[in-house]
Amino acid sequence: MTGPSRIVAGIVAIVLLGGAAAAFAIVWRPAIAAVEPPRPLAFDAALVKRGRDLAAIGNCNDCHTVRGAKNFAGGLPVPTPFGTIFSSNITPDTETGIGRWSEAAFRRAMRSGVNREGQHLYPTFPYDHFTNVSDEDDRALYAFLMTRQPVRAPARENQLSFPFNQRFAIAGWKLLFLRHDTYQPDPKQSAEWNRGAYLVEGLAHCGACHTPRNALGAERNSAQFAGGDVDNWHAYALNDRSHAPVPWDADALFAYLRDGWHPDHGSARGPMAEVVSNLSSVPSSDVRAIAVYMAGISGTPTPDRKREGEAALEQAKSSSAKASSVPISLTNTAGASIYAAACASCHASGRPLPFGGVNLALSTAIASPDPRNLANIVLSGVQAIEGERSPIMPGFAASMTDAQVSALLSYLRAQFSNHPPWSDVEKSVQDARRAQTAFLLTSPPPRNAPVDPQQREKP
Amino acid sequence: MNAPVILDRRRVLAGGGALIVSFSLTGAVAQQQDAPAVAPPPSPPGSLKTSPYLDSWIRIDGDGGITVFTGKAELGQGFKTAFQQIAAEELDVPFASLKVVTADTKLTANEGYTSGSNSAKDSGTAIQNAAAQVRALLIAEAAMRLDQSVENLRTENGAVVAADGRRLTYGELVAADMLHVQAQPKSKLRDPATFRLIGQPVPRVDIPSKVTGGAAYVQDMRLPGMVHARVVRPPSYGAQLTECDTSPVERLPGVVKIVRDGNFLAVVAEKEFQSIKAMNALAGAAKWKEAANLPKQDDLLKVLTSLPSQDTTIFERSNPAVAGQKTIEATYTRPYQAHGSIGPSCAVAEFVDGAMTVWTHTQGVYPDRQGIAEMLRMPPASVRLIHVEGSGCYGHNGADDAAADAALIARALPGRPVRVQWMREQEHAWEPYGPAMVTKLKASLDGNGKIADWNFEVFSNTHSMRPGGAGSMLAAQHMAQPFALPAPRPLPLPEGGGDRNAIPFYSFPNARVVHHFIPAMPLRISAMRALGAYHNVFSIESFMDELATLAGADPVEFRLKHLDDSRGRDVIEKAAQSFGWKASQTSPHDRGYGFAFARYKNLAAYCAVASEVEVNRETGRPRLVRAVAAVDSGQVINPDGLINQIEGAIVQSMSWTLYESVTFDDTRITSVDWQTYPILRFNAVPESVEVHIINRPGRPFLGSGETGQGPAAASIANAIANATGKRLRNLPLTRKRIKQAIDA
Amino acid sequence: MMTLKVNGREHQVDADPDTPLLYVLREDIKLNAAKFGCGLGQCGACTVIVDGKAVLSCVTPMVLLEGKQVTTLEGLGTIAEPAPIQRAFMEEQAAQCGYCIAGIMMRAQALLQRSSKPTDEQIRAELEPHLCRCGTHMRILRAVHRAIRLMDTADVSSAASGSAK
Repeated sequence: MTGPSRIVAGIVAIVLLGGAAAAFAIVWRPAIAAVEPPRPLAFDAALVKRGRDLAAIGNCNDCHTVRGAKNFAGGLPVPTPFGTIFSSNITPDTETGIGRWSEAAFRRAMRSGVNREGQHLYPTFPYDHFTNVSDEDDRALYAFLMTRQPVRAPARENQLSFPFNQRFAIAGWKLLFLRHDTYQPDPKQSAEWNRGAYLVEGLAHCGACHTPRNALGAERNSAQFAGGDVDNWHAYALNDRSHAPVPWDADALFAYLRDGWHPDHGSARGPMAEVVSNLSSVPSSDVRAIAVYMAGISGTPTPDRKREGEAALEQAKSSSAKASSVPISLTNTAGASIYAAACASCHASGRPLPFGGVNLALSTAIASPDPRNLANIVLSGVQAIEGERSPIMPGFAASMTDAQVSALLSYLRAQFSNHPPWSDVEKSVQDARRAQTAFLLTSPPPRNAPVDPQQREKP
Repeated sequence: MNAPVILDRRRVLAGGGALIVSFSLTGAVAQQQDAPAVAPPPSPPGSLKTSPYLDSWIRIDGDGGITVFTGKAELGQGFKTAFQQIAAEELDVPFASLKVVTADTKLTANEGYTSGSNSAKDSGTAIQNAAAQVRALLIAEAAMRLDQSVENLRTENGAVVAADGRRLTYGELVAADMLHVQAQPKSKLRDPATFRLIGQPVPRVDIPSKVTGGAAYVQDMRLPGMVHARVVRPPSYGAQLTECDTSPVERLPGVVKIVRDGNFLAVVAEKEFQSIKAMNALAGAAKWKEAANLPKQDDLLKVLTSLPSQDTTIFERSNPAVAGQKTIEATYTRPYQAHGSIGPSCAVAEFVDGAMTVWTHTQGVYPDRQGIAEMLRMPPASVRLIHVEGSGCYGHNGADDAAADAALIARALPGRPVRVQWMREQEHAWEPYGPAMVTKLKASLDGNGKIADWNFEVFSNTHSMRPGGAGSMLAAQHMAQPFALPAPRPLPLPEGGGDRNAIPFYSFPNARVVHHFIPAMPLRISAMRALGAYHNVFSIESFMDELATLAGADPVEFRLKHLDDSRGRDVIEKAAQSFGWKASQTSPHDRGYGFAFARYKNLAAYCAVASEVEVNRETGRPRLVRAVAAVDSGQVINPDGLINQIEGAIVQSMSWTLYESVTFDDTRITSVDWQTYPILRFNAVPESVEVHIINRPGRPFLGSGETGQGPAAASIANAIANATGKRLRNLPLTRKRIKQAIDA
Repeated sequence: MMTLKVNGREHQVDADPDTPLLYVLREDIKLNAAKFGCGLGQCGACTVIVDGKAVLSCVTPMVLLEGKQVTTLEGLGTIAEPAPIQRAFMEEQAAQCGYCIAGIMMRAQALLQRSSKPTDEQIRAELEPHLCRCGTHMRILRAVHRAIRLMDTADVSSAASGSAK
């Protein structure tokens, strides 16, 4: 080799080596030594209780428990655009769970998405939010998880295609998208607001569903709470792009999150059912803090928005007061007839929530950019919760064809919102038929929802 | 053929051979009462006492067709089949050759209500004896005609056959008034060793029709010209109708009539869906004045223990030589619970030429007839009530009220059959509930770990507000000239109401049981399956476990230590052994084992239940994994029917015990459908329920329809306590309550 | 006037389009099996099969039924010639009052038509919309399992007779 080419080769070698070293440095994480599984009695009872509340806010049981299986034993299939990821076993089982994890290992998983052995975790586990959880709270969560019943349940193989099944790829993702300490307290705001911000940006990870993501699956920070997509559900926009017919305020949000419903908005069903079920068991001051912060995110409604809200409430009140006057005829198989015949008896009866059907003038599902959520609910209805007072809605998947559901959805859009018609409704319905079964079959069943305030403190 | 000889039938029956089966003619087993000084006059057994003529029970036609009449109603317990078995057995005819006619004020005996698990004892016994005596009469008649002695005759296939082969069918033998004779106190019953039908799992006669769409229920009735009615009930107890513009409703398609009588409001239409739409319109037009009269739902303990009560010590025993050393006490509560019949109540009535006929699923056609006659101010003889099956009623549900509604409306439309169908919300809101109850227990153990002293107090309403008396029925209460609610009275012991099973079946040296009978009824209540026994057994058997824990004893051994009755002991041992119960057993993590026992009413069937329950520590969710029961119902009539009843009792009681409570605010009932009054669904059904029968051939039939509910409830409660280490005493034992107890 | 195909026969029905199928079946066509339990879609007693799928007929208005095939319990078999599901329920004596049974049988029938060997867990999940107040659940489950076996034998024997030709 000539001198200059040797230098070039040398530079290339250094760059390559350096790049490899840098890459290595980015990708590689050390294993943290396994510990003897801590004795449950070693944890302070109050700390464990704190951890229980935090785990409820974080919805840990929702992803880490499969319907019909043991608590926190993992195995829930989470569909992503890149394939299906299965949640892990976070019981303190020594072989298949986190029984040998030290508190430091747990904290690292929460902060940086790395497991005890040093492997990167898929960001389906929302450590981009959990990174904001304080050390103190991590300690409580650790205490809670380590005092759960150990369950032997080996991890299920993720179903990802190359290159997504290569964990080192995650390192690149983290480099691009993982930011630590994104939450900072704002001294201009109240303590309550700050508590809400801490919870929402951290444990409650609302943005994980409610914020749109980019092509690589990371939340788009510039569009926080502008609406996201999860498992064929649309998690509504919670910011000023909210489509709720009646604008939300802190009181309404608090009632909705705590009791699972609000008369001006409807009941929390679908994936939100488990969220409100968990929130009903945590200190109400935390739920109020979340509500206050999210009300800030919604912002104060513009005068136009307020007027629209009042009009929607007016439409709801007047249509409940008298029987539907829409003429029904067999030749008009369009949605009007179907609505009057199949839906109005519950949804226009005037029976108050949570056990009466919400008046559809108040439905966010109908006002949303696409009909997915509405299709999901119309097809599968709302199931009874075991042994608890809860709303029941029959599903119409078996009694309506795709054409009939589409006609109904289009009618509801026209009748109960001021937005332009949806396009491709029939395709949405077909997709909904296929997709909703997975959610219904695998998710743990919700409890505690929605609560009739009269019955809140009663058995 | 010779002319039939008029027999001295009384002599035939009186001399009818050795008595094989003895009955307790005085009825129930006395608890702590001296034997009566004078023996009562002998009367025939069961309901023959009140309806002694044999032809009230058995009719044989000239062509040999046999009809059996019972004053009881088929509620889904399989009685039609059981009675058919009994009659065919004693008459010695093929099972399929006779048919059973049930409660009808024109055709059958007055057997009061089908309730209290008394049907086998009252009606079954009557039919058994009547059939045996009819057979004896037929043989005697044949003996006369064939000039044979009775010993040379036998019966076969509906005929009496002589040794030389001559035959006379029952149809040929029966003559004019031959069966119009009073039954004798004793019958020559078949030897149980020779039973071909009693004790056999004969398939139910009503099931084939029910699984192929046959007309089986009052809801299936379609009479020519029938119209459909719907009642608009008030929104709450005592609400007054202040205005109602009915004219727009009258103009709705198909509307035939609107009936308005004070606060009673109903609409009639030609077609059923028309009547529903008209009902909704009429409900929208009606304005009511309501009052906030309901108590606090979440403080029934205080409500019930502060209402005025009539206090009676119903049992007392004292042995000062035995003293207790360790004492514990506990209070148990039960909320109002609903029958929750799957098919809301329904009735069809027709008023023609001054006669009213009502087809109804009431449990008591005679008392309900009396109530309806009184309401309409008609002579009872002009009112006929015919029982037609409804869905399971589990006691006094809306059936009687629906019958009254139908009669009142039918009177306004003479000549047209009127069908009244209650809506789901109406059944939930207006049915009379199982009363809320409170029990307070205190007991002490002696130095040997045996119970020395037992104190039991029960606070409860009456458990029966059934008609007779028009004032028991909603229509009569709501009319412009209303009938007053009859004064509530406690049901007398030994059966009891709120105090049913309050007296312990165990033997304690010192014991005192007090019944606090509460006349005031803030919610509408009446009889619900097992009556007070459900809560009393729940309390007693939960407390026995609490005492066993105090004594450091195994729950099964502890019970046996205090129980003298051998049949009770057998049932306990059978259940424990079949379950695999071991004295020093440990249950798997998160699971617990529980045991309970009772003899229903202390005089009906015995039942013990052992159960395994899993409790999810994160959610508190209780799951009945398996239950094993043993039952002694005396002579078993249909073992499959009995197993069905006990399986059903356990599963039904599981739902009551883990989920159910009526809800209300200060004015209205708020648990008005299955959303607001959830019951068991298939996702919580246990993995297995086993029932073991201890058959007692030849012993009296013991009522079994209500024997399982109390023991099942306590067994589950004890298993939850065993699983969690926490004792729950307030029904229902919901997931939330269990979680709170675990977290505490 | 509307044409409704029930159990293979066509009926001319004079009912408003918002009339739930349940009332048309019971009142106009005079079929008994589908029952009124709640009218709210909460209890399952009204279940029938429409185009192969189990539906709650109390919340299925006529307007949805143009051109569809309705099958009720009456259409499956008779006492003399019961379908496997009916035979199974008779053999297991799976009824107390029996009011809920017809709806449950139709749901089970629809399940067995699309899946020949459901597990016990799948059967329990499938029957979730149905209430039974008498507590007959254990027998109902046994009856559904029995029906699976009866249908299996029927297939085997018809296959065997087919191959014997």
